[in-house]
Amino acid sequence: MIYLTRRAEFSASHYYHNPDFSAEENRRIFGKCNNPNGHGHNYTVEVTVAGEVDETTGMVLDLKDLKAVLENEVLQLMDHKFLNKEVPVFATRIPTTENIAVEIWSLLAAKLPAGRLHRIRLYETDDLYVDYYGE
Amino acid sequence: MVSLTKRYRFSASHRLHNESLSAEENARVFGKCNSPYGHGHNYIVEVTLRGPIGPSTGMVMDLGLLDRAVQQEVLDRFDHTHLNLDVANFQGRVPTTENLCVEIYNLLCGRLEGGKGGAHLEKVRLEETSSNSFEYAGVTADDLEQTPREKR
Repeated sequence: MIYLTRRAEFSASHYYHNPDFSAEENRRIFGKCNNPNGHGHNYTVEVTVAGEVDETTGMVLDLKDLKAVLENEVLQLMDHKFLNKEVPVFATRIPTTENIAVEIWSLLAAKLPAGRLHRIRLYETDDLYVDYYGE
Repeated sequence: MVSLTKRYRFSASHRLHNESLSAEENARVFGKCNSPYGHGHNYIVEVTLRGPIGPSTGMVMDLGLLDRAVQQEVLDRFDHTHLNLDVANFQGRVPTTENLCVEIYNLLCGRLEGGKGGAHLEKVRLEETSSNSFEYAGVTADDLEQTPREKR
């Protein structure tokens, strides 16, 4: 079994707000992330695929195919977007880094051309990242 | 369940020296890290929490709580200190990065366990330099099955 990781970057804005909370609660819980105009990050997503090395190609999967899936499923949806307003799933779910990582997993898991999705690591900044293993 | 990791930095000096060893033994075991006046590092500590995503917040833990815990337990205690001379935790214990990593885990464990939301401290990773790093995830079942080793 080999683990292969591909990295991609996207930039997006978001804000944290729960309509079930009062304005004061939202400010207290989410702090400056509650600014309704949003703020942005350069996200780095690392997609790790587990699989066996194919004997004829020497590869787990064709990296071009993984790049295309990542581009079509994630980057086109999220890059240069205001996540709360432009990505439907985040109209009702707060686009925290935790929730974005889980969403990227569900976008990619069924679309991999080969291998098995092992981990999504999503960096919000160099100093903060989330890992999701699908459960 | 999601694991969330945040990275912090502090600078400190230390000297690897064991009073119960002779000068020659200290020099042999610890090499240039035994230099009598100590030397320093820019440490990077990565704190990993694991837990369910809170349904109303979308978060594993309020990062403000984590920042305060790390600030008070780790950075206020260790940043810009000489670990052997200034820090009570290393009186009588060699401040290797292994011991520092375990100490940071234990300090944070007490602060982060049992909070609402169910997140727990999964591991602490401590970089001494970009080439050397250490990880500690607490006592695991594997540890308990092994013969206890002499404490450093």
